[in-house]
Amino acid sequence: MRIEGKGLIDRGQQINFQFDGHSYQGFGGDTLASALLANDIALMGRSFKYHRPRGVLSAGSEEPNALVTTGLGAAQEPNVRATTLELHEGLVTKSQNRWPSLGFDLMSLNDWAAPFLGAGFYYKTFMWPKALWEKLYEPVIRNAAGLGALSGKHNVETYEKAYAHCDLLVIGAGPAGLLAALTAARAGADVILAEEDTRTGGRLNAETLEVDGKPGAVWAEEITAELAQMDNVRIMTRTSVVGAYDQGTFGALEKVPHDVSMRLGAPRECFWRIVAKRAVLAAGAIERPVAFRNNDRPGIMTAGAVRAYLNRWRVATGRNVVVFGNTDEAHRTVADLQDAGVHVSALVDARHHAKCDLDVPFYAGAEVCDAGGGKRLESVTIRTAKGTENVQADCLAMSGGWNPTVNLTCHMGGRPTWDRDIAAFVPVDGAVPGLSTAGACQGDFSTHKCLEAGVAAAQGALDDLGLKRADVVAPAAEDGVYDIYPVYAVPGKGRAWLDFQNDVTVKDVKQAAVENFQSVEHMKRYTTQGMATDQGKNSNVAALAVLADATGRGIPETGTTTYRPPYTPVSIASLGAGAQCKGFAPERFTTSHKATQEKGAPFIEAGLWYRPSYFPKAGETHWRQSCDREVNMVRNAVGVCDVSTLGKIDVQGPDAGAFLDFVYTNAFSTLKVRRVRYGFMLREDGHVMDDGTTARLSEQHFVMTTTTAAAGQVMRHLEFVHQCLVPQMDVRFTSVTEQWAQFAVAGPQSRDLLNDLLDTPIDDESWPFMACGEVSIGGVKGRLFRISFSGEHAYEVAVPSRYGDSLFRTLMTKAEALGGGAYGMEALNVLRIEKGFITHAEIHGRVTAYDIGMGGMVSGKKDCIGKASAARPGMVEESRERMVGLKPVGEVKELIAGGHLFDKGAEAVSANDQGYITSVGFSPTLGHNIALGFLKDGPARHGEVVRMVEHLNGVETLCEVCHPVFFDAEGGRTRG
Amino acid sequence: MVELIAKTPFDGALPLEVGTVSASEVDTGVLTSVAPYKGKNKALSEALKGAHGMAAPAPNRATGKEGSRAIWFGREMVLLCGPEPDAKLGKHAALTDQSDAWAVARLEGENAAQVLARLTPIDLRPGVFKRGHTARTELQHMMASITRIGERSYQIMVFRAFAQTLAHDLKIAMQGVAARQPR
Repeated sequence: MRIEGKGLIDRGQQINFQFDGHSYQGFGGDTLASALLANDIALMGRSFKYHRPRGVLSAGSEEPNALVTTGLGAAQEPNVRATTLELHEGLVTKSQNRWPSLGFDLMSLNDWAAPFLGAGFYYKTFMWPKALWEKLYEPVIRNAAGLGALSGKHNVETYEKAYAHCDLLVIGAGPAGLLAALTAARAGADVILAEEDTRTGGRLNAETLEVDGKPGAVWAEEITAELAQMDNVRIMTRTSVVGAYDQGTFGALEKVPHDVSMRLGAPRECFWRIVAKRAVLAAGAIERPVAFRNNDRPGIMTAGAVRAYLNRWRVATGRNVVVFGNTDEAHRTVADLQDAGVHVSALVDARHHAKCDLDVPFYAGAEVCDAGGGKRLESVTIRTAKGTENVQADCLAMSGGWNPTVNLTCHMGGRPTWDRDIAAFVPVDGAVPGLSTAGACQGDFSTHKCLEAGVAAAQGALDDLGLKRADVVAPAAEDGVYDIYPVYAVPGKGRAWLDFQNDVTVKDVKQAAVENFQSVEHMKRYTTQGMATDQGKNSNVAALAVLADATGRGIPETGTTTYRPPYTPVSIASLGAGAQCKGFAPERFTTSHKATQEKGAPFIEAGLWYRPSYFPKAGETHWRQSCDREVNMVRNAVGVCDVSTLGKIDVQGPDAGAFLDFVYTNAFSTLKVRRVRYGFMLREDGHVMDDGTTARLSEQHFVMTTTTAAAGQVMRHLEFVHQCLVPQMDVRFTSVTEQWAQFAVAGPQSRDLLNDLLDTPIDDESWPFMACGEVSIGGVKGRLFRISFSGEHAYEVAVPSRYGDSLFRTLMTKAEALGGGAYGMEALNVLRIEKGFITHAEIHGRVTAYDIGMGGMVSGKKDCIGKASAARPGMVEESRERMVGLKPVGEVKELIAGGHLFDKGAEAVSANDQGYITSVGFSPTLGHNIALGFLKDGPARHGEVVRMVEHLNGVETLCEVCHPVFFDAEGGRTRG
Repeated sequence: MVELIAKTPFDGALPLEVGTVSASEVDTGVLTSVAPYKGKNKALSEALKGAHGMAAPAPNRATGKEGSRAIWFGREMVLLCGPEPDAKLGKHAALTDQSDAWAVARLEGENAAQVLARLTPIDLRPGVFKRGHTARTELQHMMASITRIGERSYQIMVFRAFAQTLAHDLKIAMQGVAARQPR
């Protein structure tokens, strides 16, 4: 019920919204919870397990009960807390975990079955018969229990991530946080003030307390206005700091206001990574509910929430309120309600010594022990020394005291300590390096102490930052004594709820102790207490107090469970912001990308690069047709292929040759200028790392090529070798992969094609096999290498990347005129398999030079990386799996990469494994499939028939072992 | 004789303008990576000063000005932007032409730093990342070079092949920042 008074709402702004299909009105500044309460809606959800009717418990982000689903379709968002959901025009919400409706929920039958559904019920009840577990029990439980559901559709909304840096991060903008920010800001520090609420002020917005002679909320507004005008301050409201991480890094989730998030390109949420030199945690405290029988009736909420709805949103949470507490705040609650004209039918104070000067039926040393009603609270039972008494009420404001919000201080392994005076856990200093605490989160429960602590924490941070302290004095404010008589659970029969969200009762916790789950961590897992979306914010301390009692230990010995990030739920969408669709990984396009796209070529990803699989021609319906054609084209005419993706590393310096000698197995210092040599390098463990060609452009200048996949790895390796192993060598290297667009021109007519382009034609004499040098194409300086990965007379021609597109188009057109054209990765692969050339399919990390038949290339005349390791026993044994060629000889012609090799008669089990296939292609040149693979003692077994078994597809093929070079073994074609 | 036609790295993907921020392609002229040989740091710096009017930059710094800049480009490496490198530099350092290897963009405008803060983790506060400061860092998932070249302008360099991705990522970030501006 909305009552008169200003509050912090804008009555001039009426907002229409829906809840479960009905339309309601609220005001600007309302949350869904305050607006529903204003419309006299107390029932907002059903509980997780028993489907008990539930109403709002709190007025903040800790809310366990009032969870709703917002939005429609793909944008549907489940488990949104009504207490933090800002009302906006047209907001559509529905309640969760009920069927068919919130008022009439068939699943509430679970409540009658409660004796069977207690702690650990699923561990005990559904152990047998085993067959029923997956088929019956699990689906039934999943259907009955749970929270809201995702839409199951692709989320098209935008989420954002961002980084921020500051000298001081202040977490929480209540009195302590505001004054900490002001103190640091006036001293000139860069300050970020993060507040999860829509406005600053914290509890000042919910109370009638005065600061500096003004209403608290007004004082907070004035301080905020001063901060907002300072260049060195960034105020981030709607931003929940959710985690503390190493080196002053904090994660924070910002919810963008609805009207802004509806704009083009605007995000819905932003996940911030804030790096702060120092931080002040001023996160406040969360009120503790009291466990008593039926304490979950809608209408029962924390006293602090009752005051917040009353003072901030001008909503009376009932017409007939009972207040139950154990501190002076209970009295303040009554006073606030009475001032607003709300009837209070009883004040129940658990403290025997309490006095009351208010005009209200007063029960000192008493407890509320039961609550009546169904979908709404109707009465409460008060127990005093004299007996019990029923009092009518539609709202109970309860308080068991406050728990400092220590969560963030524990994110790096710290544990809070128990403070007997306030009956709560408080943070330990230094638990998070660079972070100090101030205000209620460290147990200062008077407003004035909070203000003083805010100043002090900021002064300490300023000292650390080396800045001069600013002269800020905490203003006058309420400075009461926190006089608490601890009450966690009221004794009695029936179910008394501790964890509202996961339906965990006092009895469940006691049962866990009886069944020997006595450690607080075991109790948590056994009962599921603290495991819901509120992560036990409302229930942890009371639950462990009950456990302490049940096990005969004290609370400090029992300890808390582990507080982990995130403090409040974070959507996966915001954590993965920027990584949807194209944002997932950068796209690395070659200069020929557009021309290749225009030809209709499908792309295959190679690392971040995109390379064409094949270039389909009209009439070709299967990739194999295109691939076969392209292979034939290269063998018979000329083909063009973009090879720019291969790593190119410029190596220069007086010691360049010596350096290459050290990283490659073979010698490069002996290579003549204008010549290219093939080489491979080993890892330090003696296995092959990568291969490629290196060209000598001048005495001190080489260009190394790497495979596409290992370009980064090789660069890193070279840096390591130079910086750590041979720092004395004067050599410099840098990547030139992106500088040059490089194309393979391969086939019998390759030279004819090139001579059509080159400003100065070449011939065999000027450009023999493995020659290289500068060329000029239409006046553009390029490089030409006579190398071949296809076994044909071939070249690679490179020009500065700006000319790549143009050169590729020219090469393609001219090749087509000669009966050739562009070829893709599929044809490239077949061509190299026909020639027995290796790729990373073969040099996959477990093979040695010896295994690939290149043991002879490890020079005996010099040392190189991996040489000693490669000579270890076992690395050069004949029985090792070594490279062979394979071709089908039986009925079945299919060969599959990944298939394993077995002796003809042997059973296909791992004990009999003889090797495996690494690469397969259909050779149009030979008319059948061919493969490269590794076979035990392979080179000695040429001519033998072995059996390939590929278990995944159930394929078995007899194949003949042969030399890995299938075509033109003498290399006559390459030399032209 | 064939005629090869040059294309720019962004090939039309820039310029972009969203809200108060613009991103445009920059033709920096010749780009040369300059890697001093052993013990030649000082000699190189002097040669650079003599030939091009600026000293070799310290780590995370850039020297020179628009049209002729030397940007620290990693361990023992400087990127000379603009002039054709003087031949004398070759005595002290390995010179490598990189003119076609990088896509270079200029991000400019009132909220340029806010846009960058959505893409790179470095501290961009005006007092920390001042004019003439540079960083080799991550931008989205790309390794980049970012240099503050003016009060409200930054030079961003990524591998040429990433040009389209950079334009895409900048656009998303620019839209997100523009949408938050008060209207």
